[in-house]
Amino acid sequence: MIEVSELGRTFTVTRKAGRFRRTSQEVTAVGGVSFDIDAGETVGYIGPNGAGKSTTIKMLTGILVPTTGRVRVCGLDPSRQRAELARRIGVVFGQRSQLWWDLPLAESFELLRHIYRVPAGEHAKQLQECTELLGLQAFLDTPVRQLSLGQRMRGEVTAALLHGPELLVLDEPTIGLDLDSKERLREFLAELNTNRGTTLLLTTHDLDDIERLCRRMMVIDHGRVLADGPLAELRDEVTPERVLVVDFDRPCEELTGLPGVREVKVEANGLRQQLSFRRDATTAAALITMIAKRSPVHDVAVIEPDIDDVVRSLYHR
Amino acid sequence: MADLAIFARLARAQVRGQLSYRSSFVMNCFGQALAQANDLVVILIVFGRVASLGGFDIRAVLLFYALSGMSFGLADMAVGSIERLPDYIRTGTFDVVLMRPLGTLLQLFASDFQLRRIGRVLTAFGVLVYVLSTSDIHWSPAKALLLVLTPVAGAAIFGSIFVAANSVSFWFVDARELANTVTYGGSYLTSYPINIYAGWMRTLLAYLVPGAFVAYYPGLTLLDHADPLGAPAWFGWLDTPVAVLAAVLAGLIWRSAVRHYRGTGS
Amino acid sequence: MSAVIGCYLRITLAGFHRYSTYRQAVLAGTATNVVFGLIKVGILTAVYLARDGASIGGYDLTTSITYVWLGQGLLGVVDFWSSDDLSERIRTGDVVVDLSRPWNMQAALLANDLGRAGYSAVARFIPQLLLGALLFPFRWPTDPLVAPAFLVSTVLAVLVSFHIRFLLGMTTFWLLDSRGVRGLYGVVSGTLAGLEIPLSYFPGWAQNALMLTPFPSMLQYPINVFVQDGSVLATLGQQLLWVLLLAAAGRLVLARAMHKVVVQGG
Repeated sequence: MIEVSELGRTFTVTRKAGRFRRTSQEVTAVGGVSFDIDAGETVGYIGPNGAGKSTTIKMLTGILVPTTGRVRVCGLDPSRQRAELARRIGVVFGQRSQLWWDLPLAESFELLRHIYRVPAGEHAKQLQECTELLGLQAFLDTPVRQLSLGQRMRGEVTAALLHGPELLVLDEPTIGLDLDSKERLREFLAELNTNRGTTLLLTTHDLDDIERLCRRMMVIDHGRVLADGPLAELRDEVTPERVLVVDFDRPCEELTGLPGVREVKVEANGLRQQLSFRRDATTAAALITMIAKRSPVHDVAVIEPDIDDVVRSLYHR
Repeated sequence: MADLAIFARLARAQVRGQLSYRSSFVMNCFGQALAQANDLVVILIVFGRVASLGGFDIRAVLLFYALSGMSFGLADMAVGSIERLPDYIRTGTFDVVLMRPLGTLLQLFASDFQLRRIGRVLTAFGVLVYVLSTSDIHWSPAKALLLVLTPVAGAAIFGSIFVAANSVSFWFVDARELANTVTYGGSYLTSYPINIYAGWMRTLLAYLVPGAFVAYYPGLTLLDHADPLGAPAWFGWLDTPVAVLAAVLAGLIWRSAVRHYRGTGS
Repeated sequence: MSAVIGCYLRITLAGFHRYSTYRQAVLAGTATNVVFGLIKVGILTAVYLARDGASIGGYDLTTSITYVWLGQGLLGVVDFWSSDDLSERIRTGDVVVDLSRPWNMQAALLANDLGRAGYSAVARFIPQLLLGALLFPFRWPTDPLVAPAFLVSTVLAVLVSFHIRFLLGMTTFWLLDSRGVRGLYGVVSGTLAGLEIPLSYFPGWAQNALMLTPFPSMLQYPINVFVQDGSVLATLGQQLLWVLLLAAAGRLVLARAMHKVVVQGG
């Protein structure tokens, strides 16, 4: 579906140096990125601001011409076959709208039908589905500029799907949405992938998006891919530790000497203790059994490394 | 072309929206008509003091004014939305334009189609009707054809100027003022006989930027008026080929500008 | 008292500073003025040729050309076509912030406008004056007292223009959408103030009618002072009269608007 090889993009930035001179500097936004995405995958492209996410997306969609490397989407060269590619993929920009501001939502859809040359029957079916699943009925006749952000995003996603694309690229789709709207959108996209097999590529800041939606994650920073793989694997590889929190009935002395435990933190005079251990060294169940023998346990909890922790570790690698 | 059908569709949708605010539309349309009439008033006042300008009587100048006004009004309607380009670039909306399987120029033309701009055309047309009905032009089928072609060719020339001037926004930050200077200035200039302008200005604004072919030369041909600058009588017919050339050139400039945008991403 | 003046002085300086940052826009605006100036010179020269050099309304050719460059230069300073800051703030309700500050909003906006005008005087008027004077036949004043008189006249012109714009902006409190009214004003104000052609070209009855309006005070009168046409005192006196009338009207309207906001929650 997507083949990227040694993709790079540099910008020449001119700055004022003193009153009259200008210096120009080469800034590498993306440097030598390579990855392949197969049909049906759900991939999250994550990174801090300025990491090169948007630049990569622009190169994938043909808006920007790469300075180095090769990219093929649906077998097409995005910068040379822009119009052809546009018919095969759908793009949702979180911060820019592809709907017509002053026109009712329904009219935007109708216009897009003509622009993308979608047969009336297919278009109607697709629209019907999206309307039901995303609850658009209430505001189909409202001008886009009067819609709330959540409503607009639902409209944007619908618009991107009306021509039945094989690949849906979403650039920060949940930004600014309230929790409920985010959930509904993620649910919809997950179902889209499961039922229709639509490939999803989404860039985001929001780690929950990745957690809920993407089976594969790519972390990018300073124009380079830091990690690429299934979320679970990355987690195990990068943050292999878990934490077992034990609350006791009575203050207990420090639990030393437990196999596989790297560190013990004692709190509240021994009433609570946190044990950090590696996944591959032991299990929570085994530890609990051993601890219970030493002192009556009131309650336990297991803390998994947050995806935040995963990403943070990756940034610091 | 299927793309033109989409342009018509987009324009229609926007017009529907504009017409729904009936009184606002009428007032805006009137405002446009008045703006065009402003130039007319100036001409009338001037001819209250002189009998001819550059050797042309009031009817001839009104003819130039009318042809220029119609051309400008039509161009403004068809192509005028392109002045939103700097906003689109700044907000990133131009990327959305690039995303669609449709020509970028056509999308920009349709982006803010304002029917009220027809106000200018109406004023100019009214003056045209007056001039033609009160003058002693020797009509022929050829002249009738020229009369129909001229506003269209003139609109194409002005439109090309709009597009070329606004393309500069891709290289510099905001070329709107520059574009306005060239277009409104061009419209103002072409309302008068171009022989009144100094040599270098005439060369630049009437020939290089082919303003002289919007109203002056076609007007001369229609009136069977000899050209004080010595051009042959059929020069007016050049407005159509010049318009085509201008459009092609403007298209090339635009393409080059978009390519620059996609190459530098700025 | 001095604290109050100090406050407004600061606003003026801030206005000056703010406009100095719009370097590109100012440059572009000046370029536009120059292009239109060149076209007008062409037209007026043709007018004189048609009359074999006879003067019109007391203006000979050199004076007319001087008039063109003065007018184009003052255009930026006097500003007929202002932005709709005030109207926008009223429409969105942000104006409540301005009204609740411990100042007089009318005075504050005036101070800001003076700052803007000051900057335009330096960045737009002076360059155009020099351009006109160096490249074209130009009529400098023969009396040294003209300079201060011209400065006073220009300040008065800015005041007249500001107060009209203020009143138009204030109509938004009642009209909700004042764009139509302001658009109309934009179209006619320039011409009626003597921007397109000197008011002395207008037919007698029109000139008499205009004398009863504030329009000439905005452009024609400062120009008259510069070219020493008519009594300086009479001219300045008329301008001052309009300033007082319009300022008083503005104050009244402001009071009513505040009443509306406070009592009705406008």
